[in-house]
Amino acid sequence: MDLELMINSFPKLLGATVITLKLLSVSLVIGLFIGLIFAILRLNKNIFINRFAYGYSYIFRGTPLLVQIFIIYFGLGQIEYLRSTVLWVILKEPYWCAIIAFALNTGAYTSEILRSAFQTIKPGLIEAGKSLGISNKIIFYKIQIPIAIRQSLPAYGNEIILMMKGTSLASTVTLMDLTGVAKYIISTTFKPVEVFIVAGGIYLFMTFIIHNVIKYLEKKYSFSQ
Amino acid sequence: MELLAFGDTGWGDELFYATLMTIAVAITAMLIGFLFALIFTPLKLSKNKFLNLIANSYTTVIRGVPELLVIYLLFFGGTGAVMYVASIFGYNEYIEINAFITGAFSIGIISGAYSTEVFRGAIQSIDKGQFEAANVLGLNKFGKFFKIILPQTLRLAIPNLSNVWQITLKDTSLISVTGLVEIMRQSYIAAGSTRDPLFFYSFAAVLYLFLTFLSMKLINKLEVKYSRGY
Repeated sequence: MDLELMINSFPKLLGATVITLKLLSVSLVIGLFIGLIFAILRLNKNIFINRFAYGYSYIFRGTPLLVQIFIIYFGLGQIEYLRSTVLWVILKEPYWCAIIAFALNTGAYTSEILRSAFQTIKPGLIEAGKSLGISNKIIFYKIQIPIAIRQSLPAYGNEIILMMKGTSLASTVTLMDLTGVAKYIISTTFKPVEVFIVAGGIYLFMTFIIHNVIKYLEKKYSFSQ
Repeated sequence: MELLAFGDTGWGDELFYATLMTIAVAITAMLIGFLFALIFTPLKLSKNKFLNLIANSYTTVIRGVPELLVIYLLFFGGTGAVMYVASIFGYNEYIEINAFITGAFSIGIISGAYSTEVFRGAIQSIDKGQFEAANVLGLNKFGKFFKIILPQTLRLAIPNLSNVWQITLKDTSLISVTGLVEIMRQSYIAAGSTRDPLFFYSFAAVLYLFLTFLSMKLINKLEVKYSRGY
């Protein structure tokens, strides 16, 4: 065990954690937004809209995240037309490519989580709202969404942890996130175990925090038994 | 389309073999995962606190740390570890571990953590009466496990194991970083030499979709088979 290396690499890895957290939070916010839109589309009665939303989640859940990042980072740059548009400002940055891939990926999973949450809401609750004379819009915002959020908390907590692990793939498109820096230190010092313990410890700590925050929220918003 | 031609002019045959490699790695990794689950599930269910701790640390660490980091650990550390073990037995030559074994083993460790959780959940949800009934019938330990517990565990575990399989299949793309030529690595090589990354990565996505679709169909059949009588 090379304790000195572990102590020396800790600040470097901690610095890289900031990038990991940035990638995670930005893509989660965008992904939640995408997920909500597609969950609503999935519940639409129009078969084309419905199929489109299903196709989106099927493709993004059925292919590895690595392929998605590579298509966006290496693939889209190949289209000449894109290079001349404003979009290129975003697409030439590996940081934004990674975020687009992560957001689309987590959006697909989130849409499934929210869809099943919407579907498990008891029709009686919606009917109760209707019989009280509340408009459909208010029923959706004040009854369906809060219940759906509560229902989907445990599954969404898992998704956050999976996404946190997913951000490690940003290191494959030259970003120096926690995994990227860890790999760099491993390949220069050839001390994989020491670096793994430190970097893995940081990841586990983040998992622990996320897990407990979700647990707290679950308790806070649990239905009175 | 000529990019996908078989033979020297296209990448069709290379991608075909790469797909077979992906399937081979995924199946090997899944089986290694089962082996790990076979060891760690009993430890998880054991009443001994120390054994519990070992099994819980395994599943917690693997499920909380990115797959890529585990792969790097084994890729850079695997050779050293094997040579260290060999040196205890007096063998001091350099040992090169093949990329397939490193890859399948690292994905197997990851898949094993998920399988362990699935089996633990399945065994715990079997009715206590089943264990008692097996005892009453005077079955020995093996008979109890193989004739009573295992068939019921499998029925409960198959839907979740199908998720583990999908995760494992998709995780195999990550071992392309170690240089093993599977779908992702082959697409990377093809994209580099033809300067057509969009086509080859999209094709890789199609191949993965095809594999996940095919395995869903097969698993559904298994599910029907093991749910007979319910």
